[in-house]
Amino acid sequence: MIFDPKVILDHLPEIASGALTTLWIWIVGMLLGAALGFLVATGRRYGGRLLDLPLGLAVEVLRGTPFLIQIFLVYYGGPYVGLSLDPIPCGLIGLTIYAAAYCSEIFRAGFAAVPHGHVEAAECLGLSRFQIVRRILLPEMALIVLPPFVNLAVILLKESAVLSIITVPELTATVSAIGSQQYAFLEAIFVLAVIYWVIVEAAAWTGRMAETRLNKLRFAAP
Amino acid sequence: MSFKLFFLLVKAAGWTLGISLVSIAAGLALAVLLCAAMLSGKALFTVPTRLFVSFFRGVPLLVQLLLIYNLLPFIGINVPSVVAAIIGLSLCTAAYQAENLRGGFESVAPGLVEAADMAGFSARQTFLRIKLPIALRLTFPALVNEAIMILKSSSLVSVVGIVELTRMSQDLASSTYLPIPLFASAGLIYLVICWTMALIGRFSERHLPGALPAGSGASR
Repeated sequence: MIFDPKVILDHLPEIASGALTTLWIWIVGMLLGAALGFLVATGRRYGGRLLDLPLGLAVEVLRGTPFLIQIFLVYYGGPYVGLSLDPIPCGLIGLTIYAAAYCSEIFRAGFAAVPHGHVEAAECLGLSRFQIVRRILLPEMALIVLPPFVNLAVILLKESAVLSIITVPELTATVSAIGSQQYAFLEAIFVLAVIYWVIVEAAAWTGRMAETRLNKLRFAAP
Repeated sequence: MSFKLFFLLVKAAGWTLGISLVSIAAGLALAVLLCAAMLSGKALFTVPTRLFVSFFRGVPLLVQLLLIYNLLPFIGINVPSVVAAIIGLSLCTAAYQAENLRGGFESVAPGLVEAADMAGFSARQTFLRIKLPIALRLTFPALVNEAIMILKSSSLVSVVGIVELTRMSQDLASSTYLPIPLFASAGLIYLVICWTMALIGRFSERHLPGALPAGSGASR
């Protein structure tokens, strides 16, 4: 393969802006998804069956269907129910909801991993539900949920490439557009793969670092 | 939405199912080789395998599919797009399955292997009768999970022009202006397939030969 770096080097600013779009959609989607997922998990724990059943069904549906179908439904189906969204907000909403479904399961497992005795002890001391969640459950499960959370973040970053299909101007869309303009599609896709590879490995490495740091904190605590 | 449209979707779901199952099987075969290479302990084998696994786990499947779809004709291999898609899915799932299998082999309790040694098992016997069955048993749930992931990911092969479930619903939606019922039905079909796979997985975990009685602790 005769690789001409000019194809890529001439377009570095565009690629950087695409990468930036990918990064912010990913991070905002992940944070919003975590917040929403936390609400869903607490709702399922304390809301009684009336809340648990529909939320559980929604989570199962979101986890059992492809992300592509979900964003198609929002992007192409939305206008028919008065929800006309531009690609970026649509992609962000799609990613957030998708992330929330998986996050809620992570938090649910995290809640379940906190020893029941701790919760009972807190109840005996007269802590309110809110206090139990904030003072007992959250701090105790922080370490337990971190590894699956990092895992999910990596999956989500890769899933965000799918947003190029609904023309969100993120990394995949930008680089493949450059590739077809320059008649160097293969080179462009190769560069694209390497960029993702680097970002994913960096994210995974950061996650591992955070885990070790938190583990030290945990065992250093009195 | 008429029944006829739904029937078209179900027919297209056959492609989705076929592509996924072939990819899972091919990926498993490749994963066994990759896992053997990773556990061999020789840098000549482990370094390229690690690179392979890291690459295919670190790059979005969509990008992998685009890469393979364009790379194959470039290096002079002209295959139908279905084959290219299956190659892409297989390579991706092989990387994940290899990592799972490695985890399975590494969590076979050393005590069991030592016991086999003491009982005079040869290395081959230890592998075939102790390590392999336990590792397979331990990785079975992950394998079912991976099969479900690949089934969902196979929606991405619609991008390289294969008319499977996602592409069919997309095409029908643009010609009938009924995106909501069509995409919802496609989602429902995916859901039914995924749930069925999960159900089969859970059933075989309990009833296939090699099923561990609950709490037997054979893994530790």
